[in-house]
Amino acid sequence: MTTALELCGVGKVYPPPTAVTALADIDLVVEAGETVAITGASGAGKSTLLSILGTLERPSSGTLRIDGVDTSAMSDPQLSAVRATSLGFVFQQFFLLDHLSVLDNVATGLLYRGVQAATRRARAAAALRQVGLGERIGHRAGQLSGGERQRVAIARAVVGRPAVLLADEPTGNLDTATGAEITGLLAGLADERTTVVLITHNADVAAAMGRQVHLRDGRIVADSRDGV
Amino acid sequence: MASRLRVSDAVSLATVGLRARRIRATLSALGIAIAIAAVVSVLGIAESSKADLLDQLGEQGNLLTVASAQTVNGRARPLPETAEPMIARIPPVRSVTAVGFVEDVTVRRSAAIPAVKTSGISVLAARPSLVDTLSGRVLRGRFLDATAERYPVTVLGYEAARVLGIADLADPTQVFVGGRYFTVVGVLAPIAVAPELDMAALISFGVASDVFGRTGGPNRIYLRADPDHVVAVASVLSATASPARDGDVEVRRPSDLLVARIAAKGAFVGLFLSLGGIALLIAAVGIANIMVISVLERRGEIGLRRALGARRRHVALQFLLESTLLAAAGGTLGIVLGVVATAVAARLAGNPVEVPLTAPVAGLGAALLAGTLAGMYPATRAARLPPADALRTL
Repeated sequence: MTTALELCGVGKVYPPPTAVTALADIDLVVEAGETVAITGASGAGKSTLLSILGTLERPSSGTLRIDGVDTSAMSDPQLSAVRATSLGFVFQQFFLLDHLSVLDNVATGLLYRGVQAATRRARAAAALRQVGLGERIGHRAGQLSGGERQRVAIARAVVGRPAVLLADEPTGNLDTATGAEITGLLAGLADERTTVVLITHNADVAAAMGRQVHLRDGRIVADSRDGV
Repeated sequence: MASRLRVSDAVSLATVGLRARRIRATLSALGIAIAIAAVVSVLGIAESSKADLLDQLGEQGNLLTVASAQTVNGRARPLPETAEPMIARIPPVRSVTAVGFVEDVTVRRSAAIPAVKTSGISVLAARPSLVDTLSGRVLRGRFLDATAERYPVTVLGYEAARVLGIADLADPTQVFVGGRYFTVVGVLAPIAVAPELDMAALISFGVASDVFGRTGGPNRIYLRADPDHVVAVASVLSATASPARDGDVEVRRPSDLLVARIAAKGAFVGLFLSLGGIALLIAAVGIANIMVISVLERRGEIGLRRALGARRRHVALQFLLESTLLAAAGGTLGIVLGVVATAVAARLAGNPVEVPLTAPVAGLGAALLAGTLAGMYPATRAARLPPADALRTL
């Protein structure tokens, strides 16, 4: 197995006036194709951990390796390139562009790769079929239900076939049944060799993942892979 | 592999961003449109008439006039009979012509008009060479010629014809001059360097003498000098015209009038242009304002784009293009409005419709500059937003 993500001694301290220590001394290795749930109470540092894994934030200490490459010395444009090519994101708030069609929202996932518009749309249509929204292509994003919106967001995240999918409370705004569908969809991505790391409060969602990591006060206190 | 954004995609991103907030975008563009319309129409209206004045100035710079000073009772004393031939003898003088006042004679449309309604039209005796020397133009009909020395015919100045309501000379037209009817044989175009002729009815010296008993020399002499010796000629004119009483003679250079008018126009253009500039500044601040609001509202979108791989400069470019496109749309609309305003103004003033190319080019340039400057700060703000912070807000 190859290593998809590797955190080594990662800490995050926010600057004053808050001066909060969000993460301390995190060591975490995620193998390619794994599905990992990160759980913990509010304020445990889950979102910060996901932001660091997604290169949206730099750690105060320690290193992040993506696909074996150290990201600490990378410039902002280099990190942008990593996000454009290797990482996919799904958010609790979906972040769809409501004035665009479903198809164009998904195609936006390839926008910063410099792919031609026609190719982007063709691949977006395929990704929408993959998440079961083949018939909704022409609708405006604003016209969809919550579950459908999250499916569009997942299609947008996977349209570029990223090695790693990072999901921040993907079922947080959905009812239980819809949440279960979305969780199944994300867990199913592992079959296509996509590494999935998601944050959740929900025990059922966590249980659907192959591995569970529990955070408390910025530290890993339990990891199902270690049998702790 | 680097993250990249195609130029065509960046432009369509900006247009989509504007279309998503249509009313807001339209109103901000309207601000720019009004400012640019003001600038274009001011340039259009002023520049064309200024160019016209400058042309005249070039033609009229060597024109000089010699006039008799008025006496204490308000009556003009004629210049000596010798003045005209003497002046013609000054070597750099190319041509000379003269007019004489015909006092106490009124012009009316017909005898039915009461004698007190003179409309302020004066009667002048003129030489046939008047039009050529002044580079004037006969608008309709013809000017006084040799036959006019014996027959009661008159040529009207532009304003005089307008006041008398004489539009064309297709049918024989007569006006009532000092107790008898004169046939109108021609109408002059306006003469900027000799506005006194616009409000005059011109008759020949011969008729002035035979019919109205006018005696003495002319009251005003117009002359053209060699352009290189205008000042030298001017300095000897009064002594030449009236060697005995040279203090009673006024020498003028009518083109000074044009210079003053150009200066006045320039001052007005400057004033209106700076008002247009202020309007543009206000419109640009308006655009900057709505772009800053837009950046605040779209933190989530900015965070998402960064997560999808957008670089800081891609985000900055998106917002900068939005504000530039907004201003360009406003500028284009403003140019159309400005050209229409210029055309309407020109039509009302009776001038040919002429918009100098510099006006729309400068207008669009100013709009683009305003849009780009207005977009810089919001774009920088959007680009500097840390992606994790942008995504956390909602």
